[in-house]
Amino acid sequence: MATLAVAVDDVAKRFRLVHERNSTLKATIFNGFRRTVHEDFWALSGVSFEVEEGTTFGLIGHNGSGKSTLLKCMARIYRPDRGRITTRGRMSALLELGAGFHPELSGRENVYLNGSILGMSRREIDRRFDDIVSFAGLEQFIDTPVKNYSSGMFVRLGFSVAITVEPDLLLIDEILAVGDESFQQRCLEKFADLRRSGRTIVLVSHGLDAVRNICDRAAWLDHGSLVKEGEAHDVVTAYLESVRDDRRAHEHASGDLVTDEEAEGGWHIEAVHLVDEVGRDVDVIESGSQLTVRVEVSAARDDDVALAIGLYRTDGVHVAGPVHHFRTGGPGRRVVDYRIPSLPLTAGTYDVSTRLLDEHLARTHAVRRRAARLDVNSDRETDVGGLVALRGTWSVDAG
Amino acid sequence: MAARLLPDTSGLPTELLWNLTLRELRSKFKRSTLGWLWSVINPLASIAIYTLVFGVFFKVTPPEGDPSGLEVYGFWLVCGLLPWTFLSNGLNGAAASIVGNEGLVKKVYFPRWVLPAASTASWLANFGVELVVLGVVLLVVGNFVLPWVPVVLVLMALQTGFVLGVGLVLAGANAYFRDVQHFLAIALNIWFYATPVLYPPEQVPEDFEFLGMTIPIRDLLQLNPMATFVDAYRDALYNLRWPTFSQWLTMALISGGSLAVGALVFRRLEPRLAEEM
Repeated sequence: MATLAVAVDDVAKRFRLVHERNSTLKATIFNGFRRTVHEDFWALSGVSFEVEEGTTFGLIGHNGSGKSTLLKCMARIYRPDRGRITTRGRMSALLELGAGFHPELSGRENVYLNGSILGMSRREIDRRFDDIVSFAGLEQFIDTPVKNYSSGMFVRLGFSVAITVEPDLLLIDEILAVGDESFQQRCLEKFADLRRSGRTIVLVSHGLDAVRNICDRAAWLDHGSLVKEGEAHDVVTAYLESVRDDRRAHEHASGDLVTDEEAEGGWHIEAVHLVDEVGRDVDVIESGSQLTVRVEVSAARDDDVALAIGLYRTDGVHVAGPVHHFRTGGPGRRVVDYRIPSLPLTAGTYDVSTRLLDEHLARTHAVRRRAARLDVNSDRETDVGGLVALRGTWSVDAG
Repeated sequence: MAARLLPDTSGLPTELLWNLTLRELRSKFKRSTLGWLWSVINPLASIAIYTLVFGVFFKVTPPEGDPSGLEVYGFWLVCGLLPWTFLSNGLNGAAASIVGNEGLVKKVYFPRWVLPAASTASWLANFGVELVVLGVVLLVVGNFVLPWVPVVLVLMALQTGFVLGVGLVLAGANAYFRDVQHFLAIALNIWFYATPVLYPPEQVPEDFEFLGMTIPIRDLLQLNPMATFVDAYRDALYNLRWPTFSQWLTMALISGGSLAVGALVFRRLEPRLAEEM
């Protein structure tokens, strides 16, 4: 049995939804000393799970599902109304970077102040001071008051101090996107270092790809209750399916909200299907399997045209843009298949857009944006992160 | 139930207290050219102004120091005014300490009592500097206060306990009701005049007739804890004599009692501080 880093046992947290907040004595007196007129709202109700030492654990769920509240309970900022959270070892919570920085004080003074707030002794900070400053890249400005820092410099220093605590347990709330590209890269490397050195990380994220790629296990919360806890990959997939079901239900109720289309007289893209190797319509597929994008168009006349398919990751990254020139051969419906023998994508969610143009790619006849959505699952044994599954071959020889 | 205390933070967070106190002190004087000198200038200015107004213009005769023989109203007043200012600054600072660090309280865990404690400590440091200045001036005018330094140090310790105890209650309560801060301003004003800082306690009439009732106000004023402290500081600095045993006893009880009550109340209020703001 592995050692536990965090044990969450039947935790419930109640907030008072205040309709009339009596934060003044007057209001309290007029309301007959009832402090507030309120309604109880259970942000968490009976959540239990365990996080093993040395693993990375993700908390997912839509806004208001209670995941941040749970993280704050772990960080001991909130006290649960019921149940118990036990943590082991030194804990550091990255909920807000540079919390407690004093604007009038210099970077140096703030490092010592913030470090001691996070539980480091003066000697520990002395020892790591140069690392903290160089990691933040602020050697030149360390004796400048932080009020003169840019917001990027501010959070970099905050992150740098927080990560240097070398916690046994690190709690992170949606802050992976800090600073510029190169700093983000260093942050990710730092997280990887921490994971390698056997530290436990619990993170709250909306970036499902990140959770799928970084986390070992995950918990999915909905309205304060635990829906599923298990292998990160499975939990994210289950969560995505439920989101998709919600979306479908929503689309059925209120028409096609996601897709948007335009067309000129007589031209039309009727439908886009994603078809697997046995001919079924799919919206989830394993990386490396065969996928056919089937586009049903209707042509206005006999003409040379081009059909372009745009594959985008949901964050807007343009992944691929294959285009095919053909002659319609008269007005009417055509089915165009684009067959990908082995889908070279890593795990993630991708949108498919299609556009029908004239032969010079100058004029658009019809366009259907976000016509289909595809979730790609991949085996973490072969690819961890990135966009493209290269499918290269490895070899290890004796030197 | 709360999460189990972590071994690293379960000890007294002395370094955190120290750093937060330094932060208070540094930020207090950060943008001023004279900086620390203000702690020196303030008591000197008080002595000069009060001596001029009450001693020269109003010709108020101060009580003669017994056995010191010192007879300067400015000194007599400042010996009581400095402890009062420490109380007033300390309580105001503590009341604002949790609310003023909202960002910190909502985002990081650490023992919350450190905030009012650091604020109190910073005003204690300020008070210390002021007392040193007063002591030096007293030495210059011939009041040999040096042997009384240990007595003053003990008085400071006892008063700090009192200020921190009340401050803890105010700090916690202010997070729940912001009125506490405003109410405190009025309360301190009344308290100031109910404390023999400007006037000698002997000048207060024995009884006061009000709506046909006789109110023994001089005895009532003795219930004011600050009256005892102010008297004791004056004994040590102005009169150069020991405070009486009953004064010591009173101060020790007030100090210990208010610390105990403060700690208890704060512990009750602490868990919900982050969500009450």
